[in-house]
Formats: sequence, C-alpha cells, structure tokens
Amino acid sequence: MTLIIDTQAAAPAAHARNRGTRRAVMALSMLGLCLVGLIALTLSCGQGCLPPAHVLTALTGADAGGADFVVNDLRLPRVLMSLVVGLCFGLGGAAFQVMLRNPLASPDIIGISAGAGAAAVFAIVVLSLEGWAVSAVAVGAGLGIATLIWGLSSGRGAAGARLILVGIGVSAMLNSVTSYLLLDAPAWDRAEAMRWLTGSVNGAQLVQVWPVVAALVVFGGLLALSARDLDLLRLGDDAARALGVRSDATRFRVTLAAVGLVAFATSAAGPVAFVAFLSGPIAARLTGGGRCILPAAGMTGAVLVLAGDYAGQFLLPARLPVGVVTGAIGAPFLLLLILRANRNGGTL
Amino acid sequence: MSLAHRHNALKGTMALMLLVLTAGASLAVGTRPVAWAEIWAGLTGHVDSIGTAAVAVRMPRTALALLAGAALGVAGAVMQGITRNPLADPGILGVNAGAALFVVVGIAWFDISGAAAFMWLGVAGAGCAAAFVYAIGSTGQGGATPLKLTLAGTATSIAASAFVVALVLPRNDIAGSVQAWQVGGVGGASFDTLLPALPFLVAGLLLSLAAARVLNALALGEDLAAGLGQNVAAGRIMSAAGAILLCGAATALCGPIGFVGLVVPHAVRMFAGIDHRVLLPLSAIGGAVLLGSADVLGRVIARPNELDVGIVTAFVGAPFFIWTVRRQRMRGL
Repeated sequence: MTLIIDTQAAAPAAHARNRGTRRAVMALSMLGLCLVGLIALTLSCGQGCLPPAHVLTALTGADAGGADFVVNDLRLPRVLMSLVVGLCFGLGGAAFQVMLRNPLASPDIIGISAGAGAAAVFAIVVLSLEGWAVSAVAVGAGLGIATLIWGLSSGRGAAGARLILVGIGVSAMLNSVTSYLLLDAPAWDRAEAMRWLTGSVNGAQLVQVWPVVAALVVFGGLLALSARDLDLLRLGDDAARALGVRSDATRFRVTLAAVGLVAFATSAAGPVAFVAFLSGPIAARLTGGGRCILPAAGMTGAVLVLAGDYAGQFLLPARLPVGVVTGAIGAPFLLLLILRANRNGGTL
Repeated sequence: MSLAHRHNALKGTMALMLLVLTAGASLAVGTRPVAWAEIWAGLTGHVDSIGTAAVAVRMPRTALALLAGAALGVAGAVMQGITRNPLADPGILGVNAGAALFVVVGIAWFDISGAAAFMWLGVAGAGCAAAFVYAIGSTGQGGATPLKLTLAGTATSIAASAFVVALVLPRNDIAGSVQAWQVGGVGGASFDTLLPALPFLVAGLLLSLAAARVLNALALGEDLAAGLGQNVAAGRIMSAAGAILLCGAATALCGPIGFVGLVVPHAVRMFAGIDHRVLLPLSAIGGAVLLGSADVLGRVIARPNELDVGIVTAFVGAPFFIWTVRRQRMRGL
C-alpha cells in the first residue's frame, strides 16, 4: 500500500527530473553543434573562403595547394586559442558564480582577472619571462588576490555585496598598474598594448596554446572532481556537511581550479572582457540550472569567444579584438541583470 | 556661533596653507631640480635659463592639476550628497567615462579639435552618463543603493571604454593622443587649453554652492527636506547640473581621473563636519591639494619617467574605497 503511494508520489518528481536532464542534454548538444559550426566557419571562411574539402585535406597534413598555410598556420592556432580560452573563462567564471551563489561574483568583476592580468604583464615586461613562467606568476597573483578579497570582505553581515564592492575597488587599482606597465614598456607599441588590455587572440601561435590546454586538463579535472560537492554546497553549509561534504576544503579546491583556469587564459589572450561573467548566466538559462551548468558554461564561453572573434574580424566595419565585442555585449547584460533584479523585487 | 565661525575660518586657513604648499611643491619639484631664485624668475615671466623654462612649463600644469582636482572634489561631494551614497564618485559612477566617450567620438568621427569644443562634448557626455546610471541604479526596491549604483557605473564605464577602444584601434593617427589622455594626464597643459574651461568650472562651482542648503536638508531624508520647506527637486537638479559641469570639464581637460571625488569629501567630513556649506568649499581645496600632490608624487616616484596622475590617484583612492566599503554596514543592498 505504502509502496504504491510512494511510487505515485515519486512519479511526477522523476518525470520532472527526466525533463530537466533532457533539457540539459538538449542544451549541451546545441552548444556542441554551435561550436562545431563556428570552428568550421572560422577555418574555412576568412578573408577568402576555401572549399571544405581543401580545409580537410590541409588539416590532415596533405598538400592542399596553398591552403595548408592559411588553415594550419593562420586559422587553426587562432581557433584553438579561442576555443580553450573560452572554455577556461566560462568554466572558471561559472565555478565562482556557483560557489558564491551570485552571478555578479565572476572573476572579471571581483578583480581576479585584473590581478592575473597585471601579474602577467609584470612578468612579461619587467621580469622578461615567457610561456609557462608567465602563467605561473599569473596563477600565483590570482590566488593572492582571491585571498586578499576574501580577507577584506569578511566580517559582519551581507558579505556578498561587500565582496563585490571590494573586488571592484581592487580591480580598479590593478587595472591602473597594468596600464602603467603597458604604457611605459618600450617593447610594446601602444596599439598592441590596448589590444592586449581588451583581450585578443590576434596572432595566436600553437606554442601559446599548449599551456592553456594543459591548464584546462589539470584545473578542469580538479573542478570536475569537486563538481558534486560544489553542487551540494548550494544547499547551504550545514546541509552539505550533513551529506559528507567538507565545505572549506571544497571551496579551496574550487577557488584554486577557477583561479588557475582564469589566470592561464588571461596570460595567453589578455583579460577578454566579460566572457567569464556572461557564460554562467547564459548556461543556466539554457540548461535550466542543475549539475550540467559547469560544462555548459565552458562551452558557452568558447562559443562567445569564437563568435566574438569572428564578428570582430569580419562582420564589423573595422577589425577589432574579441574583447571589444564581448565587452560591448557584456556591459548591457550587466545593466539588464541589475534592472531585472529590481523588477523582481530581489535585493541586489 | 562665533566659535563655530572661528573654527571654520581656522580650518579654511589651514586648508589654504596646504594648497599654497602644494602649488609651491608642484612648481619646485620635477625631473629637473630648480633653485628658488629660478622659480621666482620663472613666475615673473622670465624664460632665460633651462630652470626658468621648466618653471614656465610647470605653471599651467600646476594650475590644471589644482583646478581639475577642485572640480572633482566638489563634484564628488555633491554626488555623495544627492545620492546619499558614501561610494559616489564621478569615476566610479561612470560619469567621467561617459565624458571621455563623447570626447573621443568627437575626435574620431567629427574631427573636432580645440579645447572649447572638448568642453561641450565632455559636459554633454557627463550629463548623459549621469542620467543613465542614476536611472538604472535607482529603479526598484530600496532606491539608489551603493551596490546598484556602483554596478551600473562600472557597467557603463566598461561599455564606454569598449567603444573608445573600438573607435581608436583602427585609427593610428589619433591612437597615441587619445590613449595618453585616457589614463588621466596633466602633463601637456597650457594656459590656452585651460581658459575655455574656466566658465564651465566657475558655473559648476556656483551652482553646487548654491545648492548646499538643499543638500544639507537632503541628508535628513527626502520627506523631511520637503517638510523643511526646501524645493528638493529643484535643488537636486541644480546641484546635479553643477556636478556634471564640473566633472565634464575636468575630464575634457585631463582625461578620466578616478577616486578624487570619493576620497576628498570623506576626508574633509572627518575634520570639518557634514555641513555642505563648509564641506563643498573645503572639498574644492582638498581636491586641489590631492590632485596637485598626486601629480608631484607621480613626477618624483618614477624618475626619470613620470607616472600619470590618474594612476597615482587610483593607488591612493582604491584602498580608501575598500576601507569605506568595509566600514559601512551593507544594509538593504
């Protein structure tokens, strides 16, 4: 008797869960299709269009009659860079947003991207480092800034709002460091510095892509291992602890992973504006929340960077770096978020 | 009454002495050391030696730093008064970024040059940005809370700078000058570019001072202010217009400079109280002292190079911003 009642009561819940999973799977496959389409578009169509067959022959390494230089040396590194950088920003941003339960707490608003960027510029310009060393310095600085912001915003009451405001202050300071370093550096001309400051995948080379790929594997893996605990943390610390989650250790792991992802991506392509901030909310809207939000956010980030870069190169009147395009999309979105929170009577 | 007056007079004198000290330091200190005799000779219009020539270059620079600092200080005090928000600042609220965007659009699309035209553009941009940010930040529950205003301002600044980059990057001919001006510099000042700004600055200052009483009443809350017989709406509009004139003109003169308008009124309130009739003039002097000494510091700290003044103020101001955030009880956000 009770068994029957139980199954009857459980049926709608299971049904809803199935529907939720199906929606998430739909969203993920849609994002995947978008990615494949964008990669194909960027590889085959640039200043001039190549037939897909030529692109494929070039990619397999065969002689494709001149197409192999355009595809393998110019377009492929750029596509790979956009892809991994977008994945890193999307994953890192969403991890922060989920952990702090606040869409505004993305690394590019609370100053972690700014810290990683300032450290990367310092490493390149002042210490004359290259490659891995730059990324290591950026990760260290990102962790340091995260600790600093946590420490400064701890204390009584409404820590969320304070965290964001403290982060805005910290990033203002770090951004002025970055612009000073870049403007004073003789090796960089100003246009190049400006391009880097907004984030750009111009002139990407395969050598620069590999560290980011490695970071994606290591820190993305760490994030994936913590995904279940992170999901449970959303129930609140006490409930999560009752379910066997060590909340502080989980937070530390997630912070480490997210900072690592953002810092490696930033040192490779500059702080591409707002990708980390935008990906999480868009992915949440697409998948309807739930556990698939992290992979969906990563893919959304990649779509944003690929599409933004393509638009900046070929669809706009002037050739612009991807950060300008994502910045122009992201700022209105931030305003929309403020307006929506107001209309719902929610407190921001 | 007389005691309070004497106190205010004393504080005013002290502030003026600081101002004179700052001006003197700004004339005397720089990449090239200059003797006192040469400073005097330079001030009286001689340009015979390298030292006096250096002083002749430093004079408009000093005037610019002091004027822009005064404008930003008053604008910050007025904005904090109108929005009743301790984090209000022309830089944080995106007003300076709006002014900068309009100036760059003028340079890039309409080939506008000349200091007077920049003034109009700067003021128009500051006005648009201020109206926009306030409209977004004050809708909904709780009115214009610090967090909402700050976020709306940040978003507006980022959008404005994205557009500035989009405008400047394809144009190599204007990139260098715009970028140097963006960081906030007073280095390339001359009296010719300074003169057209004066009417704007004076008008803005007068409007703000005239609204001091309303700002005092507003501190008690809108209803009480109306009950005290103040025309709240008119006072708000008047003081906002004053602040917009001030930051638009300051931004057109030396690019967007952040945090002066935030730090100065707080510092002044600490030792001169919250009466806007005292706060506004002292904020003008304090802003001039802060920007003037930030400029001197920028010249000394990175010798033989110069540090742009906007970078120095960000370094002084951002920790102060964080401190203010921490001190505040984040109620009702």
